[in-house]
Amino acid sequence: MDFIQLVISGLANGCVYGLIALGFVLIYKATEAVNFAQGDFMMIGAFVCLGFTNSDFLGLNFWLSIVLAMGVMAILGYLFDWGILRHMSGQSQTSIVILTIAVGFILRFLAGSIWSHEPVSLETPFAGEYVRAGGLVLGVDEILIIVVTILLTFGLYLFFSRTKLGVAMQAASQNQLAAYYMGIPVKRIQSLVWALSGVVAAVAGILFASKGAIDPASGLLGIKAFAAAAIGGFGSLPGALVGGLIIGLIEPLSARYAPDGFAGIARIAPYAILIIVLIFRPGGLFSQTQKKKV
Amino acid sequence: MSAPLLDIKNATQRFGGVVAVNDVTMHVNKGEVFALVGPNGAGKSTVFNLLSRFYTPAEGSITFDGTDLLKLNSDQIPSLGIARTFQNIELFEQATVLQNLLVGRHRHRKTNVLSDIFFTPSARKQERQHRHAVEEVIDFLDLQAYRDKMISGLPYGVRKVVELGRALATQPKLLLLDEPASGLSVEETQDMAFWIEDIQKQMGITVLMVEHDMGLVSAVSNRVMALAEGKELATGTPAEVQSHPAVIEAYLGTSGIQKGGTADKKKTSKGAAA
Amino acid sequence: MRFVFKTSYDADIKWFKHGAQLFWYMLLLAALVALPLIFVWTGNPYLLGEFTAVLIFSISCLGLMLLTGQTGLASLGHAAFMAMGCYANILLLQAGLPWLIAFPLSGLLAGFFGTMIAFPVLRLHGVYLALATLAMSIITGDVIDLTERWTGGVGGISVPDIDIFGFVINKYANPYAFYYLCLAVVLICVAAYRNLLRSPTGRSFAAIRDSEVSAQAMGVNLTRTKATSFFLSCTAAGLAGALFGHSATFVTNETFDIVMSITLFLSIVIGGLGFIHGAFLGAIISGLIPVLIANGRTILSTTMGVNINIPGLESALFAAIVIAFVLFEPMGLYGRWLKIRTYFELFPFYRKDMFRRQKSYLKTERVQ
Repeated sequence: MDFIQLVISGLANGCVYGLIALGFVLIYKATEAVNFAQGDFMMIGAFVCLGFTNSDFLGLNFWLSIVLAMGVMAILGYLFDWGILRHMSGQSQTSIVILTIAVGFILRFLAGSIWSHEPVSLETPFAGEYVRAGGLVLGVDEILIIVVTILLTFGLYLFFSRTKLGVAMQAASQNQLAAYYMGIPVKRIQSLVWALSGVVAAVAGILFASKGAIDPASGLLGIKAFAAAAIGGFGSLPGALVGGLIIGLIEPLSARYAPDGFAGIARIAPYAILIIVLIFRPGGLFSQTQKKKV
Repeated sequence: MSAPLLDIKNATQRFGGVVAVNDVTMHVNKGEVFALVGPNGAGKSTVFNLLSRFYTPAEGSITFDGTDLLKLNSDQIPSLGIARTFQNIELFEQATVLQNLLVGRHRHRKTNVLSDIFFTPSARKQERQHRHAVEEVIDFLDLQAYRDKMISGLPYGVRKVVELGRALATQPKLLLLDEPASGLSVEETQDMAFWIEDIQKQMGITVLMVEHDMGLVSAVSNRVMALAEGKELATGTPAEVQSHPAVIEAYLGTSGIQKGGTADKKKTSKGAAA
Repeated sequence: MRFVFKTSYDADIKWFKHGAQLFWYMLLLAALVALPLIFVWTGNPYLLGEFTAVLIFSISCLGLMLLTGQTGLASLGHAAFMAMGCYANILLLQAGLPWLIAFPLSGLLAGFFGTMIAFPVLRLHGVYLALATLAMSIITGDVIDLTERWTGGVGGISVPDIDIFGFVINKYANPYAFYYLCLAVVLICVAAYRNLLRSPTGRSFAAIRDSEVSAQAMGVNLTRTKATSFFLSCTAAGLAGALFGHSATFVTNETFDIVMSITLFLSIVIGGLGFIHGAFLGAIISGLIPVLIANGRTILSTTMGVNINIPGLESALFAAIVIAFVLFEPMGLYGRWLKIRTYFELFPFYRKDMFRRQKSYLKTERVQ
């Protein structure tokens, strides 16, 4: 029983990591940019929603706030690409890494100044509610996280395989020049991908904040999500989710079953796994890299 | 007749389902200029990449000067005396021409990290020797005007020459030139032809090159091998290969328009290199 | 515009290209040597401590510059190697080794362990290497915590004083001596860096940075060369870490955190990737910002009575500077200086695109 409960809470955590990683992979696939600020986008998404709904701030309806937060994050993502990244096309990947790291610092600063430096929790209608099934006590928030993640993943799958925009995004990600020649507005598509990833970040943030508390430093959680994405192999959407779940599961299990005095192992475990995966499968579990051709 | 310098036997290289090089056997004699010709995708560059050990052939053997190349790694190839250039120019962009050529001296390096850090007298002496060797290449290729310029600001034609220079700085026995004249102007191609001749005759370096410009090929090469779809079509003197029926078919097909176009191009480029 | 008439190969090998250059650098050195006199005069060595901190930080910047600017391997985890050097130094001193042995040894140990750990990930490039080193940096604190028996973990550990043949140097008791000590280490590191640049090792680093394929085709062994670069870089970081320990006098598992790693990386970007000057300029900027903010705060509160205390302001300001540089001056401060200098040297013939780098579109690593 104990084990199953651990697994479920691990899965719920893993879903959040997976969703952040998903937003991260979306951008990487479409634009080759590595967004080290994805975790901070998640954090901002949570704070935006919190700012709309918490009684300390605007106190709007919870569900309305979610929609608003998703909208705000979409606009933010779009503007970020349109205003900054578009001017950097053609520069090395490293400069984009540097840029997004710096943006992360600024987002953390802004979130602290606007909302709070201290941890705050999101006021949800289902806070503290439990479901009893057999001998299990499951938090509604945890179940909701898992369900929403499954729905969102399925939705994204449909979006990419069925809609014209989704197919255009895929095309633009696979070969920018060819897509450009085919009349796909690659630049706008890339901005839309950033918007989409902003939405995913908002969902991840809201889920995360509904489960516990959020503070500006939560953005650093993004690093675990990078580990998830790298384990999955940067370019793969399902890989990102699987990577997130692996990390989500490893944490509680290693904390629970570590020998006495080595509880710190749990904090190391996600990164240790990342390093091991990178050593033995440098491209991640769902590798898509290949050697440069000369 | 002495043993050939480079000997490729039954080499086959596959990429997934595509056979890029199919059972190719060839040899390059010491002191000759050997050209590989053929349409795009014929497997010419793949042969080069096999020699550089970027790929390992599925079957076959490659020996150079009595050494089995397949037992070595890519970075051990230059120490045998094989140097190469690249089709799309792979220079060190953020370094000067001089520094690029000096990297070519890497195989002659005798110091280690420690003596480099302390810049011991032996490191200094070696450095002078390297620079002496490199200055000779600079003189040979007329690169004086560019020696302290960054590669990233140089025009295409000069980059091609610098890449040739970097290969020469290694003082190779065998020089692999991957499309030395592609993208060059008529005058630059002419210069390239002179240099290749000098490299062969004065420096005594054997040259294996891939080239589309038949004018350059017939002007400088002793023997030519035509490839198509990874297979050997014909080997012989430039004239023999050019008039070989299989080669004509592979190049020109049966389309009259294409025939006229290619023949014209051949004529002009031949005139340029002559 | 100056024309140097070269008459021997040594003209290209020399440290200084011409007499004027030698003069300016000697002047800079003299200024650095004379700097403490100002504080002796004012009698307040507090600011000297800031200068010493910048010197220490610039050693690790130099190390990272060698790895990232020279070899093209991005490391987001260099604070981890500083931590290694710091703790190695403490433990060796506690074991009774004299400082003159313990200090260089701690650098070498950091280099050795750094390379051991990094060896498997050296095959990775770009983002993957950055991620792996980032992960290393994150777990550093936890590893120090886990090895509490030796490192003091969360409780921290105090750093023994420096003892050179009975001459004891402590940052507080003897700030001037500590400053000169750090300056000496900086000078040694710069000399080593310069020597590397003019020898085959340095050139093979640059070759790997610009094109791995063609470096290989010139006979450069990728793994060995990358490992060498990593070793040297970690050694410098380790030395810096050891000095940092002496300067902090007390270190805990949170001293060498991820923010330090990232600050290091961003510093060399601001300074200008690939230039020795860049390492120093970056270290100066990142050392100056906190001082400036602190002073600004004091001025605001004394003159206007306004008390602003915004957490994260320092890093946000620093980040804003980084963004400005990435967008408008990718070559960093030193690159900007080069442009200005060339502008005046060539006046009025300077062209706007003289320093333009070739942009690479779609340099993808993925299967198309």
